[in-house]
Amino acid sequence: MLKVLKYSFFDLLRSRWTYLYFLFFLVSAATLLYLSSGTSVAVISMMNLEIILIPLVSIMFGTIYYYQNADFNKLLLSLPIKRSKVFLGQYLGIVASLGFSFVLGISIPFIVYGIFYTSYWDDFLYLLIVGVILTTIFLSLSFLIGVNNTNKMKGFGLSILTWLMLAVIYDGIVLFVLFLMEQYPLEKITLILTILNPIDLGRTFIMLQSDQAALLGFTGAVFRNFFGTKTGISVISFVSLLWVGIPLYYNIKKFKMKDF
Amino acid sequence: MIEFKHLSKNYQKKKVLKDISLSIQAGKRTAVLGPNGSGKTTLIKTLLGLVIPTNGEILYKGSTVSKKWSYRENISYLPQITNFPDNLMVKELLKMINDLRGGTAAYQQLIERFGVDNFLNERIRNLSGGMVQKVNLILTFGFDSDLYILDEPSNGLDPTALIKLKELIFDLSGKGKSFLFTTHILPLVEQLADEIIFLLEGEIIFQGSISTLKENHQTNFEQAIVQLLQQSDKFRGGNPAQQQKIS
Amino acid sequence: MLQKRLIYLLFLFIGISVQGYGQKRLEVGKDKAFTSVRKAINNAQPFDTVLIYEGYYKEADIQIDKPLVIEGINYPEIDGSGDENAITVTSDSVTIRGISVVNVSTNYMNDLAAITLIKASYCTLENNRLRNNFFGIFLQRSNFNLIQNNRIEGNSKEDEVSSGNAVHLWYSKNNRILNNETLKHRDGIYLEFADFTTIKGNFSHDQIRYGLHFMFSNNCKYIGNEFENNGAGVAVMFSRNILMRYNHFRRNWGSASYGLLLKEIYDAEVVNNQFTENTIAIYGESATRIKFLNNSFKDNGWGFKLLGSCYDNIVSENNFINNNFDFVTNVEKSSNTISKNYWSEYSGYDLDRNGVGDIPHRPIKLFSVVTQVVPDAIILNQSLFVQLLDLAEKVNPTITSVHIKDPDPVMKPWRLFFKPKSND
Repeated sequence: MLKVLKYSFFDLLRSRWTYLYFLFFLVSAATLLYLSSGTSVAVISMMNLEIILIPLVSIMFGTIYYYQNADFNKLLLSLPIKRSKVFLGQYLGIVASLGFSFVLGISIPFIVYGIFYTSYWDDFLYLLIVGVILTTIFLSLSFLIGVNNTNKMKGFGLSILTWLMLAVIYDGIVLFVLFLMEQYPLEKITLILTILNPIDLGRTFIMLQSDQAALLGFTGAVFRNFFGTKTGISVISFVSLLWVGIPLYYNIKKFKMKDF
Repeated sequence: MIEFKHLSKNYQKKKVLKDISLSIQAGKRTAVLGPNGSGKTTLIKTLLGLVIPTNGEILYKGSTVSKKWSYRENISYLPQITNFPDNLMVKELLKMINDLRGGTAAYQQLIERFGVDNFLNERIRNLSGGMVQKVNLILTFGFDSDLYILDEPSNGLDPTALIKLKELIFDLSGKGKSFLFTTHILPLVEQLADEIIFLLEGEIIFQGSISTLKENHQTNFEQAIVQLLQQSDKFRGGNPAQQQKIS
Repeated sequence: MLQKRLIYLLFLFIGISVQGYGQKRLEVGKDKAFTSVRKAINNAQPFDTVLIYEGYYKEADIQIDKPLVIEGINYPEIDGSGDENAITVTSDSVTIRGISVVNVSTNYMNDLAAITLIKASYCTLENNRLRNNFFGIFLQRSNFNLIQNNRIEGNSKEDEVSSGNAVHLWYSKNNRILNNETLKHRDGIYLEFADFTTIKGNFSHDQIRYGLHFMFSNNCKYIGNEFENNGAGVAVMFSRNILMRYNHFRRNWGSASYGLLLKEIYDAEVVNNQFTENTIAIYGESATRIKFLNNSFKDNGWGFKLLGSCYDNIVSENNFINNNFDFVTNVEKSSNTISKNYWSEYSGYDLDRNGVGDIPHRPIKLFSVVTQVVPDAIILNQSLFVQLLDLAEKVNPTITSVHIKDPDPVMKPWRLFFKPKSND
């Protein structure tokens, strides 16, 4: 598995798209740090970018990569290697390369800026963690789409739809639910609905760690109390793990039974 | 060496292989023939474990291949269309497959044989189709296996390379290696195959040596194949025009 | 006639000097005539000067009941720990300067303070350093006093109860509080029934609750003060005729913090102030007839939040730059006038190039309306959906109030002045 991982990592590392992705984060982080009045503003703007872009790029790029590899997989799978290892190797390979581009891309400007000499260094670390987790989750979802759809066009469509669903429509539904239940105490429902969507979870998590938490008022305080506890951290980790794990488990199972 | 027992494969409702039983002997060069969609590639893939059969069993050297992977250490496969990872260089791809197969490759002779020396540092995406096929051949023959499975080996090869490929096959055959291949170039079949298996719509309609086939039909190889097709058309009442192309 | 008067006056001065008033200097120190501050005061005649030399004096309950000048040399430290006030002034015309008072205990029965004035007027408290006391300076029914250049540092922990205010005025009128630095108390400056107070040039920061807190105090003005990083900002409540000018409200940032909280306020002016990085720059509830002119609102969570019955206010010629929400109100039809402000969010155009945008600006975002109805929805702040929602509403307003708008938004920020002029 490590061998497959290694090669798909190096293959992807040389892809133009990986460079572009890296450059994008490099340039936007540098620009934000340069333009914004304070580091905290840069962190929040960066968060806005990564919360939208990482899921979109990960799910699209993952789907493309899966289909691109379908042919080569015929060769790989004819070799004396277990199927699950081929799958995991490729998955972890793309996670590693996209994650690497992202982490390097935003780290260089932030470190040059001297983030570790400011009080915002922890916000920056949360940015990195959330970015990597989102990468892992949305690549897992992209492979889920790839494994289940032989038709590329349908696969791409589903990718965009999944992203749209989680990045935009879900929040619309949340808002609708909150309006419907206006007369009840809503903190718990809001909390649950937020935790269930990895994009919302990531956004809220960074907001709560940053200065922006004050804007969230009472609701923010409830969230912060929850996120601050051991239970809270366990629940977040567990939910993130499920988002990666469930698709991955299903993928491997399906991948083992698939015809190539 | 290989035994298919009541093998069938359905893709949703479509039956691609229908209850195939067949055995292939060691040391032979066996060609699998049939029109497009007759199930040739599927048959090969079930042996490699790429396609999971709906029913039936495959034995390789006497033991089942279902859910196993280590038996493939003894098999080399040349896939038909190969989209190698675009960004790797040729030598990296060779190294990668060697790594994955446990480092037993003997590439050097083949690299010289097919004249790939000067392309080792090229990215795969910059190679021509013929060159990619040569790389593909090196990856297949670079490993010492008992069985070589070749899916359309002559694809994109220039005449010189084709001659070199034939020499290579005969060399290895002389050392007792077995071959299972598909091609739609009939002269190549006549030159290379000891045995042919003719598939039509997922069923075997002929298995035996080329000489047996010629004797049965009292004509040359190509005509015999055509007659084989027409025979089955009459039998099935199908449209001969649709199945004229043999591959 | 005039000559006669001058002669009387002369005799008066002579008479005072004959009695020895203002003559004596009583020295307190380790090897001085007095080693105890209290004894020196007891022995002093009105208008004497008590000089306290550098040193440590553990003396609580010092009573000053005659007009004296108490002057410290190199900040002698008076440790007032115990169940009493450190210094209590009950006479008019007392001056206390240059001393340090520390460690007055927290007491849940009495509001113990470093310096307490009770029915004492025309006093001056200046250049003192008060540290680690329950209350700093406490005025009860004392008028026309001057409190200036003091540094008053509390020992605030998290809770409001165990910490008192740095400067506390109660039923005291016409006092002036100038150029003090107060920190780490409950409130920096607290006024209750304190009319005609002038508060100028103070720096109030890191208080648990309010940097400045008005209750029932009319006709006051505060000018050129800085309020930074206070738990809840500045609160002005139940008062009339307040002038607030040239102040800087900065980083009052917390889930229940304000730059300026206005509650039951009538006829006030909020002019030339800066509001920077506050959760809510101005929060108004029943604030009426207030002029908000030439203020700068920058990088705040909310610029304006006007709730309840806020009538006849004027919001004009202010700069709104980079606030999360510039303006929020729950009043559908508002009698407040908004005009000629600069809004960094304004996306209109100025074809006739007269410096005023050609289409009105609606400062209310849809999402801010949503959070009025469902406060919990605030958690969706910054999400893509909300951004799209706001954009859609901006292009085609359907839900936000059409009445609240700035008909003449200016295209360039106003050049504003935040430094008080000398005659203010």
